[in-house]
Amino acid sequence: MLTFTLRRLSLFLFTMLVLTLISFSLSFLFPGDTVINHSGQINATATELAQLNEAYQMDKSIFTQYRAYLTHILNGDLGQSMASQSPISNEVIELLPATIELSLVALLIAMLIGIPLGFIAAINHNKASDNAILSLAMLGYSIPVFWLGLLAILFFSIGLGWLPSAGNISLLFEIEFVTGIQFIDILLSDSPYKWQAFSNASAHIVLPACVIALAPATIFIRLSRAAMIEVLAASYIRAARSKGLNFKQIIFRHAIRNALIKIIRHVGLQFANLVTLAMVTEVIFSWPGIGRWLIESISQRDYTAIQSGLLVLSCFIFIIHILTDFIYAALNPLARGNSHGS
Amino acid sequence: MAVLTMNFKSISSLTIAAVVSILTGCNEGNKLSLSERSIIYCSEGSPETFNPQLSTSGTTADASAKQLYNSLIVYKGKNNTLGPALASSWHVTRDGKKITFYLRQDVKFHQTSYFTPTRVLNADDVIFSFNRILDKNHAFHQVSGGQYPFFQSVKFAELVEKIERINDFTVRFILKRNDSSFLANLATDYAVILSEEYGQTLQNKSTLHEIDILPIGTGPFKLKDYRVGSLIRFYRHDDYWQEKAKIEQLVYDISPSKTTRLTKLLAKECDVSSYPIAHKKITERADLSLESITSLNVGYFGFNTRKAPFDNKLVRQAISLAINKQAIIDTVYQGQAARAKSILPETSWAYDSDTPELGYDPIRAKSLLEVAGYAQGFTMDIWAMPVQRAYNPNAVTMAKLIQGDLKKIGVEVKIITYEWSTFLRRLSQGEHQTFLLGWTADHPDPDNFFTPMLSCSSSEQGSNRTFWCNKEYDQLLKNALSTTNMNKRKSYYAKAMAIINEEIPLLAIAHSKRFQARGVDVEGGILENFGGISFYKVSKKTMNNDIETLAQPQTADKASN
Repeated sequence: MLTFTLRRLSLFLFTMLVLTLISFSLSFLFPGDTVINHSGQINATATELAQLNEAYQMDKSIFTQYRAYLTHILNGDLGQSMASQSPISNEVIELLPATIELSLVALLIAMLIGIPLGFIAAINHNKASDNAILSLAMLGYSIPVFWLGLLAILFFSIGLGWLPSAGNISLLFEIEFVTGIQFIDILLSDSPYKWQAFSNASAHIVLPACVIALAPATIFIRLSRAAMIEVLAASYIRAARSKGLNFKQIIFRHAIRNALIKIIRHVGLQFANLVTLAMVTEVIFSWPGIGRWLIESISQRDYTAIQSGLLVLSCFIFIIHILTDFIYAALNPLARGNSHGS
Repeated sequence: MAVLTMNFKSISSLTIAAVVSILTGCNEGNKLSLSERSIIYCSEGSPETFNPQLSTSGTTADASAKQLYNSLIVYKGKNNTLGPALASSWHVTRDGKKITFYLRQDVKFHQTSYFTPTRVLNADDVIFSFNRILDKNHAFHQVSGGQYPFFQSVKFAELVEKIERINDFTVRFILKRNDSSFLANLATDYAVILSEEYGQTLQNKSTLHEIDILPIGTGPFKLKDYRVGSLIRFYRHDDYWQEKAKIEQLVYDISPSKTTRLTKLLAKECDVSSYPIAHKKITERADLSLESITSLNVGYFGFNTRKAPFDNKLVRQAISLAINKQAIIDTVYQGQAARAKSILPETSWAYDSDTPELGYDPIRAKSLLEVAGYAQGFTMDIWAMPVQRAYNPNAVTMAKLIQGDLKKIGVEVKIITYEWSTFLRRLSQGEHQTFLLGWTADHPDPDNFFTPMLSCSSSEQGSNRTFWCNKEYDQLLKNALSTTNMNKRKSYYAKAMAIINEEIPLLAIAHSKRFQARGVDVEGGILENFGGISFYKVSKKTMNNDIETLAQPQTADKASN
């Protein structure tokens, strides 16, 4: 387990190095002055500019410049947004939790719908229900997320008026920012309208989370179906059957557990996919998350925000990958011997 | 193994419980208990400041003037007569040069998390508010840029000699000359009364700029929270000097995209929406209503008279003759506007029905161009404003229509547009050749059209972006202001309109209606004839099931008594 941890750690360090290199070079590739792209201080006076040049060691070699840039990042200084002139780290801390919350809820929905459906399809392998589930999965996977989002708003918000279409909570509720995860903040707050706020926030998350969940859910269907088919063909299942265990016992005690382990390692991979989907969905549903912020930064040519936002997001996704690797390794001792990562 | 199975079961049962609670959550009517006492207004943009003295933008006035502040006097009723507000009465001397205001003695300022007033409104507050504008050495004059566009355009500083404090609740304005629009200017959204005591507090803390960011006023609402580009939250001012507002909370949901505003309106996420699109769809719905008000405004096509070829009157006339106004009104305003004959709307008392209209005559336009020496035509720019305003709902489409019209007389048009603040800045620097813009009156006095739009003073510093300056025209306006005889004023303004129609510094296109959509449960007037909107009189109809829940605690109270 120690070598496994060390391997993952070194992988993490090198990937981060490459990522910072890319974001560092973006400052040179973007139009405008490099040091202003680094810091985001578009209105800097001459003396401030001189200080910035000094801080980022712009007169030294490119290697020293990179080291200075790295020091700034390690100190939590991601520069300031060109558009709002507030520190990017503050904006990220405020917005990233909303995206995590949305993605987690979507992931939960995708797993809760996708995995059981996949199992049902596998158990009824090559029967009508298997084919029906597979074609539904194919259909779901082919629908572009932005179109689905618009359809959902048109149908559920405008047509039926059941669910709200924008934001993560009605503006009437004042929830103090503590963790940034809306549901936790609501529970922590001492507002007299706590439970109204909670149900309002729940209603707000349903549509965007379901829209994001659709594509990963179809992938989970296919993954869990394949895993289950493989497990059901394994010799220990046949042995269990010959011992006289009934169908329910075989599925619930033996097959599901072994099939789930095969799926868990894909959850991390799906999470990256999910965050990408969430970015588009956040724009459609005006969700106050980092995805919408990043896309707005792109349209406003806010280079510092683009550069730092990409760094933070990719770093976050990479951490998720490593975490799922660890969970997988903890659950499945066989994987720890695997020497070359996933 | 058993543990895992248990987990799986418990997870699925938990989800079912969660889904059930979510679904019941949205069908429960009791969330209305908070929303019933609040209004969410989907507004079209972020205000630049919370002090209407500093800006003439409609968005800023909507978000600040009638919500946060009061003026000394206001316009009342259908005939727009002046009535008392913070001043309970006033007196004008016979020569019109001394105006004395007697203030109400029970007016309390907002109490907020950032300021607690210790005294009621008095003469010091009035003097503080106006001296900030007039006195260049005033501690707050330069705070937030030192520009007071409305007051600069009406030459307020040249008019007012001084403001005297007679006693705690009496103030006297001494004017250099008689000006019949002076009282009208004091009744606008811009002439608000700030708190002198708050100014003192900020000076002690050396945070002077907060006066316009964290406002303190006497209005029916006070500021609770503002997040740029996202929301403004107001609470009711419970010590308001009139009957307090009916709603407790007012939230501006800042939604610049017009389709987002429509979606939010249809999905009931906002109660009232500014500048709605899809009028037909809204009127079709039983739960929504569309209202409009013929505002005192004008949308126009202006020429930069300092740049060739538009320094030539003939070219301006030719271009104006070639534009089909009716087509613009049908397409851009969808018929919801009156065709403009001159800058003054027909609803104004000073409008002269004999004012000639230039009309649409491309053949004459072509011959005029030949006379002017442009027989081969030329290439020009049209600057189209990027935002939607009541006076011009879609400037880019309008520019395209004009482009089509002008092509027929051999003039090539390039359409240029910038982000709104950049657009205004570059326009004030005179980088344009022609532009599409408009004007909304701040008060019903006709001078508010003539002076800010086309006078020499506002071409130097103010809102005259045609840079047209005509001595005869200015003299007419001066004459009109120095008399109180309505018929005389009317004849001066008629002459001024005749000069505009001859010189054509700008082509007035339409006087539009301002539209607003709301849920049918929202009662009370919001749109005002001129100036910003007001939520003071707004309330929400209570739903039947909520009346019961509201009634119950009352009966319980009675029982305990």
